[in-house]
Amino acid sequence: MSAQGATPPATPNRIERFAVSPRRRRSDKLARSLVLAGTVIALIPLVLVIYYLLHEGLKAWSPHFFTTDPTGNTFFKNSDIGGIRSAMLGTIEMVALASAIAVPVGIGVAVWLVEYGKQHWFAQLVRFFVDVLTGVPSIVFGLFIYIVLIIGTGSTFAGYKGSLALALLMLPVVTRSAEVVLLLVPGALRESALALGAARWKVIFRIVLPTALSGMITGVLLAIARAAGETAPLLFTAGATNKTSSNLGEFMNSLPVQIYNDVISPTQSVVNRAWGAALTLVVLILILNLVARLVSRRSRLA
Amino acid sequence: MTPDASPHITAGAPAPSAESSAEKMLQPGQPTADPATSAPASSSAANIVKRGPQVRLKQLRAFYGSAEQVKGIDLEFPANQVTAIIGPSGCGKSTMVRCINRMHEEIPGARAEGKVLLDDLDLYNSSVDVIAVRRAIGMVFQKPNPFPTMSVFDNVASGLRLTGVGRNELRPKVEAALRGAGLWEEVADRLSEPGIGLSGGQQQRLCIARSLAVDPEVLLMDEPCSALDPIATLKIEELIATLKQRVTIVIVTHNMQQAARVADRTAFMLSGEMVEVGPTKDIFTTPSDSRTEEYVTGKFG
Repeated sequence: MSAQGATPPATPNRIERFAVSPRRRRSDKLARSLVLAGTVIALIPLVLVIYYLLHEGLKAWSPHFFTTDPTGNTFFKNSDIGGIRSAMLGTIEMVALASAIAVPVGIGVAVWLVEYGKQHWFAQLVRFFVDVLTGVPSIVFGLFIYIVLIIGTGSTFAGYKGSLALALLMLPVVTRSAEVVLLLVPGALRESALALGAARWKVIFRIVLPTALSGMITGVLLAIARAAGETAPLLFTAGATNKTSSNLGEFMNSLPVQIYNDVISPTQSVVNRAWGAALTLVVLILILNLVARLVSRRSRLA
Repeated sequence: MTPDASPHITAGAPAPSAESSAEKMLQPGQPTADPATSAPASSSAANIVKRGPQVRLKQLRAFYGSAEQVKGIDLEFPANQVTAIIGPSGCGKSTMVRCINRMHEEIPGARAEGKVLLDDLDLYNSSVDVIAVRRAIGMVFQKPNPFPTMSVFDNVASGLRLTGVGRNELRPKVEAALRGAGLWEEVADRLSEPGIGLSGGQQQRLCIARSLAVDPEVLLMDEPCSALDPIATLKIEELIATLKQRVTIVIVTHNMQQAARVADRTAFMLSGEMVEVGPTKDIFTTPSDSRTEEYVTGKFG
């Protein structure tokens, strides 16, 4: 080493010491290809589902398909089987009511857990039950509503009873996801708002909730998508019917139940209608997703 | 000497709120600001000159659960002066300052005892509204923390909106606060951009503007420059020198040069106790306690 600090030439020994060993290179390659293979394997069913949905579903799509109710006339080969209007509108109505119940309640519970309950024993208990509810099979919610509101009151199926079953299903999903997002809001923001002399509820409504908004929308969409695709809770709460209804006190058709009934039919055109309904369901959820994204993006900058 | 002579006055002078926080806190205390006796002639364009209140701590104790973090402090923050609190990490500086605007009690399990007097009003009196306390005593935190969902304008307006100020009054108050924080020239044409898009130093001045907008009488600054570079720090320090004309300032700092530069008085804390307090020059040149001397000469801490 010279006193001036000139760089000494790299000796062969040094080059060797800094070289990537062949063994590490091999294990790196192996690990990368395993991860890539996993990704591809996971994509295969996804792509196939989308492919079949489009391939089979588009066959059934037509203006007639969306604007008419099922006729129930499926026994003759060339008879008009009708479309899915009642199922589409039924799903939209019931999911809308279910969301109107589950989203405010779920977010309310999450706000209480994060802002007030914290580590209190009651809050811990609520968290435990929310977790248990998340794991309850959807048919159990249907059964619960069936026993309480149909057997219990001696009445019949109705759209709002289906909505209640769906709301129960959504509630834990909304609560849990909202809680996680609310916990991510930095405490420093709450502190600085409180230090400005804001009341606690104002801090929650003006600072905490807007900051957590886009994350909460993701959780709500997840819950809506799950509810919209559920058959089991609706089978013996809302029932199945052909006619379109805007009265949530009546029997109400829905896309999943329509699919369930159609897909076991021996008539090919009815099976096609099931595919068409399935594609409709996916597109409806996709549209909802896009709209919510747009809304949340706009509100972030407002 | 009415401040109305100045072209940019809006921040607080015309509003009755500037008169007395003590009255708003439902206590028969003395008015804190008396326009007749306030205002030295050096009224700069951007700042309203008025008298801030005096803050006194009497046997203040603060606890986290059963741990006593501030152990019976008596201290006086003179009106319209900058008082720096120095001391090693964990000595209770921040805790003490957070007791002044009653933010300490927001932490679960935390409580405070003793008195904090704003002029003659005990802020821990049971009839005092904690929200009114925080409106009168603003706070700037260690890390700049503009509200991420809000624009520059909305950030400054947030305190006003949160405390129910009408829409028509917002614009002039926001401008006055931004001028007061020395940020107006830099952000005048980007008021609608997100507050988090500003640089770190600008964000901190935005937070100062946010505090100033609600027209506080006291400003607490908890290591306001520790996340900033030297140039941004310099701007904040210059700002502090101007702001003390209208508010009483308490600044917690780890940086002793900073204390020497900005503070009229300096208090040295150790393990939750007040070791020594006096004019800044005396603390740094002729401290009476050997522990103060060791700390300010860098022997520990």
